[in-house]
Amino acid sequence: MKFSFTDDQDAFHDAVRDLLAQRCTAAKVRAAWSNRTGRTPDAWSALSEMGVLDALRPESDGGLGLNEVDVIRILEATGRVALPEPIVETMMVAAPLNLASVGQSASVTIPESPLAPWANSTDVVISLAADGLRAHAAAAITCTSRGSVDGARRLFQVALDDVAVASTHVAIAFRRGVLGYAAQLCGLSDTMLALTVEYAKERKQFGVPIGTFQAVKHQLANARIKLEFARPLVYRAAMSLATNDPAASMHTSMAKAVAGDAAMASAKASLQCHGAIGYTTEHDLHLYMKRAWALNAAWGDAAWHRRRISNVLLSDAQ
Amino acid sequence: MDLSFSPAEEAFRTELRAWLAANVPSPSLPSGDTAEGFALHLEWERKLFAARYAVVSWPEEFGGRDASLWEWLIFEEEYWLAGAPQRVTQNGIFLLAPTIFEFGTSAQQHAILQKMACGEQTWCQGWSEPNAGSDLAGISSTATRDDADDGWRLNGQKTWTTRGAFCTHLFGLFRTDPSAERHNGMTYLLVDLDQPGITVRGVERLDGDEGFAEVFFDDAFVPDSMVLGEVNKGWGVAMATTGSERGLTLRSPGRFLATAHKLIDLAQQLPHDATPELRDRITQAWIDAQAYRWQTFWTVTKLVEGGHTGPESSMVKVFWSELDVELHEIALDLLGPHAELVDGEFAHWMKGYQFALSGPIYAGTNEIQRNVIAERVLGLPRK
Repeated sequence: MKFSFTDDQDAFHDAVRDLLAQRCTAAKVRAAWSNRTGRTPDAWSALSEMGVLDALRPESDGGLGLNEVDVIRILEATGRVALPEPIVETMMVAAPLNLASVGQSASVTIPESPLAPWANSTDVVISLAADGLRAHAAAAITCTSRGSVDGARRLFQVALDDVAVASTHVAIAFRRGVLGYAAQLCGLSDTMLALTVEYAKERKQFGVPIGTFQAVKHQLANARIKLEFARPLVYRAAMSLATNDPAASMHTSMAKAVAGDAAMASAKASLQCHGAIGYTTEHDLHLYMKRAWALNAAWGDAAWHRRRISNVLLSDAQ
Repeated sequence: MDLSFSPAEEAFRTELRAWLAANVPSPSLPSGDTAEGFALHLEWERKLFAARYAVVSWPEEFGGRDASLWEWLIFEEEYWLAGAPQRVTQNGIFLLAPTIFEFGTSAQQHAILQKMACGEQTWCQGWSEPNAGSDLAGISSTATRDDADDGWRLNGQKTWTTRGAFCTHLFGLFRTDPSAERHNGMTYLLVDLDQPGITVRGVERLDGDEGFAEVFFDDAFVPDSMVLGEVNKGWGVAMATTGSERGLTLRSPGRFLATAHKLIDLAQQLPHDATPELRDRITQAWIDAQAYRWQTFWTVTKLVEGGHTGPESSMVKVFWSELDVELHEIALDLLGPHAELVDGEFAHWMKGYQFALSGPIYAGTNEIQRNVIAERVLGLPRK
């Protein structure tokens, strides 16, 4: 048993984290809310050049041939900065199965998340469903815009009415997507709590920093506990996917359920502890909070994943 | 990353599982927090010790197996899954022993450890006092120098001492420097309870067992050889013990995994009572038990690689204690009108619920733990 990352994995993560710190600042995420695509092209091209987007693509197809464990904290880092890009869809779903070529971006819909994020600016739109898989050049399909609470996350209703190609890869692609969202949710929790701790140290009321009040401390401690016990299940699910563990489906559902709950709890505690300033769009908190709400809802929310797990756990108790 | 156990660890699990299947008492023993149950539990502890399963992680010379932390976690998983008895020796083997290994002299280790492991000496904790609970630094019991007898004279009172009425020995903090305040001037002492200067009075606990005691000291004696660590430096020694209590030695994931498992069995047994809402809560509680297991594996990897645990242990303590309450509350909700019964096949859930409710109180209340998390994990200001 060795539940930790290698030096190489650490180094890869650190490099991406440093890049994102430059290319995906809060100001850039804020700018994405009002630009045409909702995206951050600088960050995306840098990630592409580093090979991050092709990390899971087989080497024979021009990728790095890495696995889910190698990239799990990179995905967490993209959540930490609320990267407004279809990285889960491209890196986790499309690239490993070669559903998009090197350099292409992808959007994905699933029955539980029927709206395709950023589909009007990606190269490929993929649908994963029980009857199989569809992949289309985005230019060939009609997209109808829908609004997300997260202004950078552009959503589209897409019409994919052709016949699906039966594929054994649907389940694994679904798990990779779920895992990616779970990791991003952990990163978002981390950022929201860090912002709130900084604020609670600075903001004074009754002559003292509000972070000295137990009512504030305990709310943030509760959220931090949820994150502490969510992250290991996310890393473990990554390993289950990388090793084709027979229970990988359960493990990814557990990861998404706990990561979603932790992010929702962190968002709520962070807003409450910021008070009125957090209730404005002038403060950065809302950028991360709204992403957390969106990602928690997408790809099966916590309750949906728990139902999936309970159907296995409690099969005789129905 | 490698999430599998080694063949040797798996072999240890298999051998242990077989031994437990053959030896775990059935029906289960009466509560170890009663005089009769305590004696039966000591008998069980002797059996464990004879099979070298009492303290697997200790060195062989003290009755252990030199087992790794991984094997110790495996031991705990199998032990609780098999429905084996509560450990009435726990405050000695899990809380005091790690401190003796770290701070004790070789003479102390040889005098105490093996006797503790086989149940010959049973140890209770002497922390809380009538005016010092969560605020442990507020203790006022004293130990006064007795040069004539090369030791210390104890006066004062300890309280809420678990199994104090049945144990032979007590460990705890006493004030040795009257001029010092708060965290200074305390000494960690190992006290023989069988002596004239000590009166122990049992106190009935919430669940009806005589599990608590008040211990009164009236010029009781402790020789110099039973001072653990340095005189007046007891606080630092005690903090090592409370770290064990909050973290993985006292309440490892195995127990909660076993309770979650039993809860699922109960839901299967009472399918008509398992409403969608209860199914959701059962699932969440089961996930939480798994989360504790994997968070522990993460922590233990760090320890094995030479790291150490810090204030994170406060997150662990809050998590397992509140999970334990939730597991039992779900069971009571499933049981409906049967929940209140303290006899019959479901009685252990109400009993377990009452025990679980002590979790957020002992080992430092969860309110104190949340302060620690806020200040030392998150970095919020103390004042």
